[in-house]
Amino acid sequence: MCGIVGLFVKNPDQRASLGANLSRMLVGMTDRGPDSAGIAVYHDPSEAGWCKLTLFHPDETYAWRAMAGELAAALEEETDVSLKANHAVLAAEAEEGAVRAWLTAHHPEVRIMGYGTLMEVYKDKGKPASVVDKYGIAAMGGTHGIGHTRMATESAVTTEHSHPFTAASDMCLVHNGSLSNHNRLRLWLQRRGQVFESDNDTEVAARYFAHRLGEGASLREAMEAGLKDLDGFYTFAMGTRDGFAVLRDGIACKPAVLAETDDWVAMASEYRSLAGLPGVEDAKVWEPEPTVVYSWSLN
Amino acid sequence: MTEFDLAEAPIRELNSRLHKLPPDTNERAWRIVNPRGAHSIAVGLTLPIEVRIEGHVGYYCAGMNKEATVVIDGQCGWGLAENIMSGTVRVTGNASQGVAATGRGGLVVVEGDAGARCGVSMKGVDIVVAGSIGHMSAFMAQRGRLVVCCDAGDDLGDSIYEAVIYVGGKTGRLGADCIEKEMTAEHVADLRAPLERAGIEADPTKFRRFGSARKLYHFNVDHADSY
Repeated sequence: MCGIVGLFVKNPDQRASLGANLSRMLVGMTDRGPDSAGIAVYHDPSEAGWCKLTLFHPDETYAWRAMAGELAAALEEETDVSLKANHAVLAAEAEEGAVRAWLTAHHPEVRIMGYGTLMEVYKDKGKPASVVDKYGIAAMGGTHGIGHTRMATESAVTTEHSHPFTAASDMCLVHNGSLSNHNRLRLWLQRRGQVFESDNDTEVAARYFAHRLGEGASLREAMEAGLKDLDGFYTFAMGTRDGFAVLRDGIACKPAVLAETDDWVAMASEYRSLAGLPGVEDAKVWEPEPTVVYSWSLN
Repeated sequence: MTEFDLAEAPIRELNSRLHKLPPDTNERAWRIVNPRGAHSIAVGLTLPIEVRIEGHVGYYCAGMNKEATVVIDGQCGWGLAENIMSGTVRVTGNASQGVAATGRGGLVVVEGDAGARCGVSMKGVDIVVAGSIGHMSAFMAQRGRLVVCCDAGDDLGDSIYEAVIYVGGKTGRLGADCIEKEMTAEHVADLRAPLERAGIEADPTKFRRFGSARKLYHFNVDHADSY
């Protein structure tokens, strides 16, 4: 069992409180996932020509600044790094693919949690309340974010196995459920150039959607294609640079509830996660229908 | 009126107080505030008391209800009135999946829509939904009436036994062994009763009736390939 949440803020005046509301929602899903938690926040856009990557190393004393200096020298570009416990947000005035290639070649011990120009991803073991505190999520503003609380049933409780999974620039996915055709789909995606970092079924779904988006599909089209190609149980919440989407499989045995006001739209596995949102008393609250793609866009 | 604030005290305290009420209790009317989506509110009631919950509730609200009248003024999560024995459970908004699953008696009213698997394995309860219901509703339903004033999702009444389904709107694909049956004056009268008890205004002559074709009741070796 897991809990998933997503919050998409429509009213620019409420974007300062994105992190505070998302934290409250994630903590509300503690009973569904006390082992580990992860969160992706879309905020703090990079300057033109810059990219940012969220990196993880289990050692909190890892020499991030030295690594950022090496990168700056290698690419002959500026870099900046800010530290949050065992995570670091690395900004570079460079093309993000080049930074990722350099990191993979020179610092394979560092895990890339997310990359792009907006999205930052934090995942860690422990209760959701301690994870959001550790990374200061509540203080973050932003446009949208998604989160996951995990109760592991099949694979180890590690940061690597925690959601959200990133598979493209500023794209991430959280999942409640399990996929049954992920092995075959992984091979299919590998033949089409996707590179995998774990044996996790949700990573397969994330890379599947990234593959479809890379082919030019819209967020909605990518998710609709998933209805045909992904076999299993799922409630997904996906974030992209300017969009947010929710999808449930046809059997719909994994829960989901949506709530929407003029100011925001929120999704969670259970209503109690939404109970603290401002104005939720007057929100439209409904259960997303199976096989229907619900999506929102900033544009 | 006894008021209980779930923002001030935990759900176990509420349920414990409700369970300890003596049969001759004077605390016959309860108002519960700030449910905030909590699970298992007012489960296992056994006395003819009235409980009104103001706000949205989580899973299994009013489960195993006997005698009591429970009204949820809000929306409701999975498993509303699961295994209800008697009494009435009403939700003014929408309910999620598995409404009145395995319910043996009593009345469950959803004034909005109900999700998938509404009335799954029902065994005598009457369910009245003013809106629509989701897929796989009345799966293996044995006894009782499922009344849907609007539409029913796919696979309605799959493997149904002797429960009766009345639908006012459209139906999707019917489940295995579920068929549409004639709607006679006797059935209009049979439908009028739960609609009136539920206080839902709908014209019973406009409904269609569905039930079991009774082809799956017994193993038939000639049909071995279709099982």
